[in-house]
Amino acid sequence: MIYLELLVGFLQVGLFSFGGAYAAIPLIRDVVLSYGWIDDEMLSYMIAVSESTPGSIMVNLATYIGSSKAGFFGALIATSAVVFPAFVIVLLLTGLLSKLLKQPAVKAVLDGLKPCIIGIILATGCYMILENCMGRITDISVNYLVIILTAVLALLYFGSRKILKKGISPIGLIGISALIGIVVYAGV
Amino acid sequence: MNLIADLFLTFSKIGLFTFGGGYAMLSLIDDSCVSKKQWITHDEMMNITVIAESTPGPIAINCATYVGYKQKGLIGAVAATAGIVLPSFCIIFLISMFLDRFLEIAWVAHAFRGIKIAVGILIVDAAVRMIQKMKRKPVEITMMILACILMLIINVFSFRISSFILVLAAAVISLAYFFIRQYLEKAGSER
Repeated sequence: MIYLELLVGFLQVGLFSFGGAYAAIPLIRDVVLSYGWIDDEMLSYMIAVSESTPGSIMVNLATYIGSSKAGFFGALIATSAVVFPAFVIVLLLTGLLSKLLKQPAVKAVLDGLKPCIIGIILATGCYMILENCMGRITDISVNYLVIILTAVLALLYFGSRKILKKGISPIGLIGISALIGIVVYAGV
Repeated sequence: MNLIADLFLTFSKIGLFTFGGGYAMLSLIDDSCVSKKQWITHDEMMNITVIAESTPGPIAINCATYVGYKQKGLIGAVAATAGIVLPSFCIIFLISMFLDRFLEIAWVAHAFRGIKIAVGILIVDAAVRMIQKMKRKPVEITMMILACILMLIINVFSFRISSFILVLAAAVISLAYFFIRQYLEKAGSER
């Protein structure tokens, strides 16, 4: 039942995503792929659309995936599910949870969760780059063009931070990469 | 104006006009809720930011819920949260209805091949930023590296194991570690 899957999947995303949208993408990717809703290609397309429309990227992704899988009610369920944990946690925090968070055992669990989640995020980012450049393990093919493009974009993104005060924003990088894609792949 | 309607409209405006996700929204929320409407103080805004960072979920949602709750209790929280979600919900829903065939256009597909490269970089960047901010004691670093390696293995060999299992394992391990350490400290002080 797709509605139930969307509900459970995005409750998971809403409950376990710390640190903003890009940090949540590995989790969303994991949920989306394990249910087989959409493939990696489609997901990066949706990420780009969610980036370039107003609002919270995570919520936009949920709306998009929900709507493309199960129409209006799918969108409604996925969006509510991704928002619900944050909503409830803040309500609790203003009263009850602020005391609970000071409990050493609770603190210990939170302190342990964060590095684990950071590790997962790092692994997913690295794997996505690796897969772009080398293909999957069942079908290894080194793509030199992608390796060069990755190096150029990374240099541009991280390098601009050294030179300019704020550097290129994520949405700026997505714009540049889209342009590069159009120019480079049109010639290939 | 009715406060509930005001909450809803103010947060709709924030939801409609911020591109670039939650962090971009924070400055807009700061501007309208602290400076203009004076719904919350600057200190409260700082506190919410910390809470939003250390609790799960979209950061903007955490903020909207908090401000709404402070102003008008549960109804206020619902109004503010619904307000911040609704604009993008409508926009994305419309896009998803007629843009599914969009990818079949050649240059759009080319653009997204480029974007795919950028997304990997952005995720690594998110991780690096979090590493810079986290407590870097040996235990934390070991946990992070272990999780990273396990997740890489899962990805490379496409095992059907959810990262949720890793998160759960980390929770259990850190709780066990906490109790063992506490037990050892107690045993040490009794001696």
